[in-house]
Amino acid sequence: MNSLSQGVPISWYLLLSAVLFSLGVVGFLIKRNLITVFMSIELMLNAVNLSFVTFAHEWHAVKGQIFVFFVMMVAAAEAAVGLAIIIAVFRARATLAVDRIDLMKL
Amino acid sequence: MNGPLYIWMIPLLPFAGFLLNGILGSRLPKWLVTTIALLAPLAAFALVLNAARSTFGDGVQSSSLPYVETCPMGWINAGTLHIDFSFVLDQLSLIMLLVVTGVGFLIHIYSVGYMAHEEGYSRYFSYLNLFLFFMTVLVLAGNALLMFVGWEGVGLASYLLIGFYFKKDSAANAGKKAFIVNRIGDFGFLIGMFLLLANFGTLTFSEIATKLGQDPGWQGGVVTVIALCLLLGAAGKSAQLPLYIWLPDAMEGPTPVSALIHAATMVTAGVYMIARTHVLFDHSPFALGVVAIVGAATALFAATIGLVQNDIKRVLAYSTISQLGYMFLGCGVAAYSAAIFHLMTHAFFKALLFLAAGSVIHAIGGEQDLRKMGGLRKKLPITFWTMTAAVLAIAGFFPFAGFFSKDAILYAAYLRGPGGMALWFVGLVTALLTAFYMFRLWYLTFMGEARSPEIHPHESPWSMLGPLVVLALLSVGGGWIGIERFAAFLAPAAGVRTAESAVPHLELILSIAAVLVAFTGWFIADLLYRQKPAQSAQLAAAVPGTYKLLANKYYVDEVYGATVVKPLLGFSKYVLGWVVDVGLLGGLAWLLGGIAMLSGAILQRWQSGNLRSYAAWLAAGAAALLLFVLVPWNAVWPDSMHLLLKVAGR
Repeated sequence: MNSLSQGVPISWYLLLSAVLFSLGVVGFLIKRNLITVFMSIELMLNAVNLSFVTFAHEWHAVKGQIFVFFVMMVAAAEAAVGLAIIIAVFRARATLAVDRIDLMKL
Repeated sequence: MNGPLYIWMIPLLPFAGFLLNGILGSRLPKWLVTTIALLAPLAAFALVLNAARSTFGDGVQSSSLPYVETCPMGWINAGTLHIDFSFVLDQLSLIMLLVVTGVGFLIHIYSVGYMAHEEGYSRYFSYLNLFLFFMTVLVLAGNALLMFVGWEGVGLASYLLIGFYFKKDSAANAGKKAFIVNRIGDFGFLIGMFLLLANFGTLTFSEIATKLGQDPGWQGGVVTVIALCLLLGAAGKSAQLPLYIWLPDAMEGPTPVSALIHAATMVTAGVYMIARTHVLFDHSPFALGVVAIVGAATALFAATIGLVQNDIKRVLAYSTISQLGYMFLGCGVAAYSAAIFHLMTHAFFKALLFLAAGSVIHAIGGEQDLRKMGGLRKKLPITFWTMTAAVLAIAGFFPFAGFFSKDAILYAAYLRGPGGMALWFVGLVTALLTAFYMFRLWYLTFMGEARSPEIHPHESPWSMLGPLVVLALLSVGGGWIGIERFAAFLAPAAGVRTAESAVPHLELILSIAAVLVAFTGWFIADLLYRQKPAQSAQLAAAVPGTYKLLANKYYVDEVYGATVVKPLLGFSKYVLGWVVDVGLLGGLAWLLGGIAMLSGAILQRWQSGNLRSYAAWLAAGAAALLLFVLVPWNAVWPDSMHLLLKVAGR
């Protein structure tokens, strides 16, 4: 059953994934800088990737691995678009503080 | 009869004229508008003449009638209900069509002269063509529903033409009044149709007649109710008591319209409808009695009002109501052919009276007050002579057209026993009044000295005088065919004329009485308005109460206003307007809007615009979901899932 490197149980990987994800969430919520927020998102994505890979390896299912590639691809595209938006926002508002980018507010 | 008669073209030609002039009329040159407007009724009239020729060709008792043309597509097919667009040409509709298209065409010609300098020339003619379309549909309809289409359509055309001078408040109001009062009658017609459907399962006139003939059990009861409902419809359209009030006001329309719609054709639709459904009335003596009483009462009532009116068109309007009462009286004593006979002659002389009055009004620059006319005989010779023919015809002098038809109705009434004699007497008194007010109008308009020297009258153009002359000839000779031959021709469609009297020469005696009465009316008018003009004012002063009552038309408008219109308006304004509309409906709308606004005010706090707060809610939601899935609720709190499902309504 346990086919990961002998001795390291699956729960450790999952725990690591959960910790990384929670760090991402917390970073997203408390950081003001838009770049940091962005990085927090990437962190969450990778945390999820880790759990995908873990389960894929555990169940010998290649689907999970393929999914990871999809996530990485989308994350790359998102990074490109996101960074472009961040630059545009910085040019327009001369700030990257999330709380001050509130034009959509009623 | 060879080949089809194309009677479906008779309504459609005027309709084409309506479409052309109605849509393009304002951009076409005037001569083209006139050509289109005149060609449509002329072609329709030609088709009717062709139909008449090919059926008269078979002799008086034509075997080829009724002749039916049905649209192959059908109209309504729902369960057991089948209604077609079917046009029926029989003796009754043929006579009616001849009158409608013939007189209609003459009045179209007259209108060319009368309306020459008016605004909305093409609009006027498109409405007039529209009227002919609906009227011919009404006349040709083979079932009650198609007749109802025409019935409503002529009402619409009437409304449009009464309110033709829509910038005038009184004209617009008169149009509305006509429409609304007619609505009451139409309600009766509709209920009658529903009852026909419920009891006979068909609206086709011929099938109803067959079913009534097959079963002698149809007597009174439901037939009476149907007949009375139809009578209500007829009374609305034909301006009978108690729904006559719209017709005098309808005189706000152009005078040729009054002649065509509100004298010669549309208002006789009620009489036509009763004659068309006469089998129903024949099976209900009570309904027939009501028709006769309504007719006689209206005839007398309207004639008394006509005595004292000073507006030339209003005198004629009350005279129309009174003459329509005669026709109803004729229907009510089951003398349908006599009623249709009077309908025909009345169409001739009353159209002529209106057109001549229009010629007078046109000549003296729009003045309608009889008191300002006078001495016009020399200035308007042709108008004078044609109008004289019409006055003699309506008063019932031998050998003018009105004599024959009125005589036929009175004779038929006299033969109906003691009640019939009372009706006959009312008719005779009405004849006296008719002769009086018509000669009063005649004296005031044409005789004596001009009372307004500032008016310089001029005879009308020939486009107006031509129709006058033709109608005058018809008013003189239109009755010479005689009721016997006319009734024999109509018999297949309108029932057999009632039996002859046992008393020899009774008809002759009654005729002589009627003519004597007419002479008396003339004599009184002569006395009051020619020999001693001051006397009429003295007479009015001698009976101030009666005079005032008549001059104010028995205050019927006021009574209706106080008892019907005002309560209805009050009910609409306070109960429907305030309580229902503002209170109930408005309150409901405010309640719904208030709920939305309140919940919006609360929920909008979530839309803070703060990115991190959105993310926090998202994370909280995800955490809650996770909690919900992962925690073994049944262990923590037994039965909690069960409770949740119960709340969700499973």
